[in-house]
Amino acid sequence: MFALTHQLLSGLAMGSIYACVALAIVMIYQATRLVNFAQGEMAMLSTYLAWAMIQAGVPYWAAFFLTVAISFVVGAAIERLVIRRFDGAPVLTVVIVFIGLLVIINSVAGWLFTYEIQTFDSPFPDTARFGAGYISPHEMGAIGVTLVMLALIYAFFRFTPLGLAMRAAAQNPVSARLVGISVGRMLAIGWGLAAAVGAVAGMMAAPIVYLDPNMMGGILLYGFAAALLGGIDNPWGAAAGGFLVGVLENLAGAYLVGSEIKLSVALAIIVGVLVAKPSGLFGRVVVTRV
Amino acid sequence: MSLASAAAMPIEMRARWFAIAVVLVAAVALPFVTSGYQTFQLSQVVVYAVALLGLNLLTGVNGQISLGHGAFFAIGGYAAAILIVKLHVPYAFAIPIAGVVCFVAGFLFGLPALRLGGLYLALATFALAMATPQLLKFKAFDAYTGGVQGLLLTKPQAPLGLPLTRDQWLYLLCLAFAAPLFWAASNLVHSRIGRALIAIRDHPIAAETMGVDAALYKTTTFGVSAAYTGVAGALMSLIVGFVSPDSFGLFLSLSFVVGIVVGGLASIPGVVVGAVFIEFIPNIADSIADVFGESAKAMPWAIYGLLLILIMYAAPSGAAGAGRKLVAAVARLRRA
Amino acid sequence: MISRRAILKAGGAGAAALAMRPWPSLAANAPGVTDTEIKIGQTMPYSGPASAYGVIGRTEAAYFKMINEQGGVNGRKINLISLDDGYSPPKTVEQIRRLVEQEQVAFTFNTLGTAPNSAIRDYLNENKVPQLFVSTGASKFGDYKHYPWTMGYNPSYQTEARIYAKHIQSTKPNAKIGVLYQNDDFGKDYLIGLKDVFGDKYGAMVVKEASYETSEPTVDSQIIDLQSSGADTFLIAATPKFAAQALRKAYDVGWKPLEYLTNVSYSVGAVLKPAGLEKCVGALTGAYGKEPTDPTWKDDPGIAGWREFMNKYMAGASQTDNNIVYGYGAAITMVQVLKQCGADLSRERIMKEAANLKDFEVPVLLPGMKLNTSPTNYNPIRQMQLAKFDGQSWVLFGDLIQA
Repeated sequence: MFALTHQLLSGLAMGSIYACVALAIVMIYQATRLVNFAQGEMAMLSTYLAWAMIQAGVPYWAAFFLTVAISFVVGAAIERLVIRRFDGAPVLTVVIVFIGLLVIINSVAGWLFTYEIQTFDSPFPDTARFGAGYISPHEMGAIGVTLVMLALIYAFFRFTPLGLAMRAAAQNPVSARLVGISVGRMLAIGWGLAAAVGAVAGMMAAPIVYLDPNMMGGILLYGFAAALLGGIDNPWGAAAGGFLVGVLENLAGAYLVGSEIKLSVALAIIVGVLVAKPSGLFGRVVVTRV
Repeated sequence: MSLASAAAMPIEMRARWFAIAVVLVAAVALPFVTSGYQTFQLSQVVVYAVALLGLNLLTGVNGQISLGHGAFFAIGGYAAAILIVKLHVPYAFAIPIAGVVCFVAGFLFGLPALRLGGLYLALATFALAMATPQLLKFKAFDAYTGGVQGLLLTKPQAPLGLPLTRDQWLYLLCLAFAAPLFWAASNLVHSRIGRALIAIRDHPIAAETMGVDAALYKTTTFGVSAAYTGVAGALMSLIVGFVSPDSFGLFLSLSFVVGIVVGGLASIPGVVVGAVFIEFIPNIADSIADVFGESAKAMPWAIYGLLLILIMYAAPSGAAGAGRKLVAAVARLRRA
Repeated sequence: MISRRAILKAGGAGAAALAMRPWPSLAANAPGVTDTEIKIGQTMPYSGPASAYGVIGRTEAAYFKMINEQGGVNGRKINLISLDDGYSPPKTVEQIRRLVEQEQVAFTFNTLGTAPNSAIRDYLNENKVPQLFVSTGASKFGDYKHYPWTMGYNPSYQTEARIYAKHIQSTKPNAKIGVLYQNDDFGKDYLIGLKDVFGDKYGAMVVKEASYETSEPTVDSQIIDLQSSGADTFLIAATPKFAAQALRKAYDVGWKPLEYLTNVSYSVGAVLKPAGLEKCVGALTGAYGKEPTDPTWKDDPGIAGWREFMNKYMAGASQTDNNIVYGYGAAITMVQVLKQCGADLSRERIMKEAANLKDFEVPVLLPGMKLNTSPTNYNPIRQMQLAKFDGQSWVLFGDLIQA
């Protein structure tokens, strides 16, 4: 029983990180109908930035918010300087550009910071306050941060004029332009937000998985799976998908099939769910007008 | 174009056949002027071209995005290796059998894929690419797959005492499989079936109302595409002489996508350009890294990524698109 | 243009001549050897999933640069051509063929990875090109009978696992062992090593095996699983990142097994410190090198020499990275072989001298460790010594164990 509870909680903690990544993916998808393969590497680079600041003596939370802000700017800049050049190009061409970004960032990070693992501090006190070691304070904190971020994103899109304008630009760019929304700027903001959310994911993940240039590879995959499972056009769904994937993965490994093929099994389950429900568990069914 | 009257067509046709004949003769003659190492590289190019052709039928022509074709390459490679090493099937039979195995695998994967549109399919196939190495080393199959250690194959010599080196023979063998596959793909694309596939890609609903059985076409295309890539994988295991889970990582699948986009979606000659690209550009990135000195040695990937983005910027619809633009520009010049 | 076959024939003739004449002979030098240069080759994963190991190739190139600045070996400079294979065996085959056929290297040195080396072993042996000191701990690379041109270097993972198994047998015969292993040839070799020693008792001794993939973010779930199996002894066959996660998680969940940590991940600075030094107290490992971040070797001349090299030729590289120490040691061994060859640099002679190391001491290996090879021993490093972590350093105990 101890083990089961433990597996569940540990799964939820990792799930919260998958949820953040899934959120970042969903943001860019909503704005551009594209899936950014370089999302994980961008988050990794942001995390190194925060790490460098903390090494230089910047207090944790200052480094945290500075990193989020800088990531926002860099994300928007990547959209403006790189991605926009491919406006109107075939989808797969843009996918190749993402792959290009992925390998560039990964390689440069390895060169700058080496492949050795670095410890990344947690902002949450390192005392096992939650008894019996079920869940560490950092894991609790990561879950909390994810939930707060989700609420913020929801409020942003629901209640702010900018959020509304972004939704309009994504759903119907032509009409949005007609009512005076700068669609280009909205896209850049969308990218910036995604990069910022990714940065949070990286900073929450690093204390658990350690910081290294390949840190986000596996996490990005589970993030994809989470976004798919939950529905790629729905932030709530994506977040729920993240928690689900985290738990599913742990349970499959521990109780179902053993660790050697748990990745395959988790993926198979996800594909299975999609076949039954092609737009994800919480996704909207898109009806095409002929 | 308007000047190209119907009367001129036969000449164009003849020119086309002539061009194909020239290419074929050149391809056969090539290994007799290159070194063994270069012949080996050329064999890899032919193999990649066949794999890309398979992926391009599915993704370029039929519009089903697959980011996981490395999985079928792996199944083909392993099927051939197991047939040859464990079941002692002659390699000439093992290769087509590997193709059939992959057809079945692809067809079966195509069934659930029917339910997954666009991006969902892309990510589901991506998951397949991820899971492949893990499945290849699953212990229940160890007796056949060699587990984490992989399988070694003996490279075949030229039969009947032909005066060919092993590299030349393997290259010609690859070519002998590739040529009919290219011919078949070209015929397929230009036939009624090919038009149906394109219709499904561009106007799925219209295609269905015209009476095209989209489901059957799509799953069959998935099977055929996987069979092509599987044959390529089988040839690869033969020319390399070794298969292991490490040979079929995620990056292989991504390379295939790079290949068809660089060559040009739905373009058949384009896959050759794509194959040349994925064979040689990583080496070029490595030597460029060398030029920049010791510390840049650590990042051939950064240079590879940069080259990718620049090429996509210069030719967003690949070599085929650039070629079309070039032809159009020349035509304009001639008219002016 | 001299074809490869002509060269091989020449090499063969040289070997025949050797049989009749005593040393030193005038056998034809290997390709790539001139009066001023020895050209050698290797592949390394500079890109791709194993790029963390690329630093080994860079270290070796830097070491040869230092040797060249000091005048080279017997007047010849060493020119190492190190190519990227992205850890993909088909690419390794291609690059090695380029090195042998186009660049005409004398031999290959320290090519990295089990699968890449497996893929090229037949080719190199068929063409009688020495495949020296392969950079992998797979035991199959010391097979002098079937592959006389392929020589290992590292102590094998299997040997290491046997040492742990024997230690468990003698000190804790009723141990219940849990194993965390990487799901590839590296991790599985440890399971094989344990099976070698335990035999039919394996099932009773090893109560839980848990694997992980390198693409997984954490091994937390596996640790919980291992803990709940009731194991009281824990073998960690994992690469640094996952080893650090395992050590930390085991401590955090309150599991206190006797820990055996693979030599691959015994770095104090790169693994134990990130895991938390206090969380690793009591862990055991089998060591063969001097760990540069371990205070034990603070004033050791071998490590001091290494640091001097680092400051001058690898400025900016991490001084906690064990891979660099490894590459440094391998390059030193290589230079020794070339020195022994003297003026005769035929492939046969190079192979012969590689198999003729006599009590050679590498300054970054443990005191008293001697490298020995012979025509019937292709595993240069066969010794290890057990060590226990005291919270600061690895404390060596017992004798050097000859595997």
